[in-house]
Amino acid sequence: MAKYKMHVLVCGGTGCKASASDSIIEKFKSELTAKGLDNEVQVILTGCFGFCEKGPIVKVLPDNTFYTQVKPEDVAEIVAEHLVKGRKVNRLLYVDPKSNEHVSDSKHMGFYRKQIRIALRNCGFINPENIDEYIARDGYYAIGKVLKEYTPAQTIDIIKKSGLRGRGGGGFPTGLKWEIASKNAADQKYVVCNADEGDPGAFMDRSVLEGDPHSVLEAMAICGYCIGATKGVIYIRAEYPLAITRLKIAIDQAREYGLLGKDIMGSGFDFDITLRYGAGAFVCGEETSLIHSMEGLRGEPTNKPPFPAESGYLGKPTNVNNVETFASVPVIILKGAEWFASIGTEKSKGTKVFALAGKINNVGLIEVPMGTTLREVIFEIGGGIKNGKKFKAAQTGGPSGGCLTEKHLDTPIDFDNLIAAGSMMGSGGMIVMDEDDCMVSIAKFFLDFTVEESCGKCAPCRIGNKRLYEILERITNGEGTMEELERLRNLSLVIKDTSLCGLGQTSPNPVLSTMDNFYHEYLAHVNDKKCPAGQCKSLMQYVIEPEACVGCTACARNCPVNAITGERKKPHVIDTAICIKCGACIEKCKFNAISIK
Amino acid sequence: MSHIKVELKKEQVAKIKDICKSFNNEAGELINVLHKTQESFGYLPAEVQEVIARELNVSVAKVYGVVTFYSFFTMIPKGKHPISICTGTACYVRGAEKVLDEFKRILDVKVGETTPDGKFSLSCLRCVGACGLAPVVMVGEKVYGRVSPDGVKDIIKEYEQ
Repeated sequence: MAKYKMHVLVCGGTGCKASASDSIIEKFKSELTAKGLDNEVQVILTGCFGFCEKGPIVKVLPDNTFYTQVKPEDVAEIVAEHLVKGRKVNRLLYVDPKSNEHVSDSKHMGFYRKQIRIALRNCGFINPENIDEYIARDGYYAIGKVLKEYTPAQTIDIIKKSGLRGRGGGGFPTGLKWEIASKNAADQKYVVCNADEGDPGAFMDRSVLEGDPHSVLEAMAICGYCIGATKGVIYIRAEYPLAITRLKIAIDQAREYGLLGKDIMGSGFDFDITLRYGAGAFVCGEETSLIHSMEGLRGEPTNKPPFPAESGYLGKPTNVNNVETFASVPVIILKGAEWFASIGTEKSKGTKVFALAGKINNVGLIEVPMGTTLREVIFEIGGGIKNGKKFKAAQTGGPSGGCLTEKHLDTPIDFDNLIAAGSMMGSGGMIVMDEDDCMVSIAKFFLDFTVEESCGKCAPCRIGNKRLYEILERITNGEGTMEELERLRNLSLVIKDTSLCGLGQTSPNPVLSTMDNFYHEYLAHVNDKKCPAGQCKSLMQYVIEPEACVGCTACARNCPVNAITGERKKPHVIDTAICIKCGACIEKCKFNAISIK
Repeated sequence: MSHIKVELKKEQVAKIKDICKSFNNEAGELINVLHKTQESFGYLPAEVQEVIARELNVSVAKVYGVVTFYSFFTMIPKGKHPISICTGTACYVRGAEKVLDEFKRILDVKVGETTPDGKFSLSCLRCVGACGLAPVVMVGEKVYGRVSPDGVKDIIKEYEQ
């Protein structure tokens, strides 16, 4: 094996791949070969670094230099300057927005400083398509240790003591779940990994699978040993082709090394993993729906009990955990339950991955200890709100969650505090909104999602959510009444109480949470027929202020429907009957002459 | 559009049967069979579903139920250049709706429809996981990031020849 002096890590996450990270790698390889350095510098495609806002990311080791927004054209300069002469390319380094200084080592960047990476420990560090790199990072050491030193009961005890709770949404204690499944005797049991990441705006599971697939395989095998299962199934979204490819490679490599299959490490324990594909249904994130979908049926939920731990896939005891939960397991075995339990808050241990997105400066994937405050996440790691706007709310828990507002900024984030605040952890999507976002429209947006994703099995969810959506639509059109506001709340509570599965029980949360925190916005829509954020099209008009307009014609030229008329150098006028309120004119006006009334 | 009669050629029927066979004609493999079939046909018209139902020995209603349940399966042929606008939450708050409106206006189709010349079809999808680039539009496999309503006509122009 060649000994390399330097390594160039190029992000191969979905965001960076969309910005040409493939051609960056090709370019590096050809430049290095041309300079005769291909035996000294290794180029590696890694998983997601997390800092998607500044992608594509290129990292150079051993000096840990972090280049941002690299283009294929920049590669020749990095090779000639940094790799040959040892001089860093300053213009591609991250610039700290506060001090305006170049930061070359990612450890000193605000985005990474507060993070502790457990589930994401290998993402952006190893080549996910090479099992040797995972093994070099103590990979498959945990399963070895478990098989050799611990009984299943002892292993379950470690997971229980660590305090690990399910990262998929509900936060059920993982060790307890394993224990229940282990106690149900059957000729065949199953370990299922839920990789049907359906919360729009959350992409942590995908990043783990793309960046560190072996950690999930290893954890599933450990789980199989604990509960007495020899078969594992990963239920993954068909919309994640890259993750599927990397999983297939990883499974093949693990089989080749004898880490999956018969008699693993000579212990007599058999375990193998296959893939099942989802086909786009949010409700399949619910355990019982997921299991039906795995059986080739419509993904409709069924009543619990019986729980999957008693009767799951093909009627056999089944343990379902999500990707992030599994990814945390091997480290817990290696570093011990006490170590994991020392991180986090009293009832929520360890770390949580959040997908930070929306109106925030540093969009990306972050992993922080439980108990980190929203303020730290948004203003320190996230770098604050885009374009200097004011923070309004952060939605956690996706379509099942609620919004956190300014008054929650200093609340430590954990499972229980989020529920107390009227939201929930969910899978970890965190969408940040600013003063320009209309909270009634946000609630409508989420309802639109749940109406489409409701499986239709039970009436409260199928019919009730549709009615909620219609009321919200009337409110945003300026046709809402006070009675309807009351009905909105009552119906929400009924749906929560009477729906069969998690989807319906949580679907009114965005409505209730925005009503609790932003009731004045609802009132403005209903009573004043105004949208305070200027988002609801039916409630606004675009107007040109004649005093401010200089008649530059920029707006008229850019209006897609020719609604703006006027002579050069004279104030223009918008014909509100033609105007489609697309906002193109406001963006083009350099004189701030157009406003929304 | 789903009422258009499709006449399957002999080879096509054989191909579907092969796919079913590769999954041992097991009813539990229905979703995998549909994935493979859609991969090779581009869509799943009623006639294709009938063949699958026969092969797996389940009712056509069951196959239809599964096809219509999951958003990944479609009974309408996609355009030559399928356009998907991400309407995940991150893209939504960064203006995906305005981008979608512009596509609808220029192509003069609704979501889920294909232009009469069969060139473009328009659909929405939920989160491709590239939220750093929001709002995101996909044309075929290619991802366009930070799309503004202004930029829509340029994207369409790229594929118009």
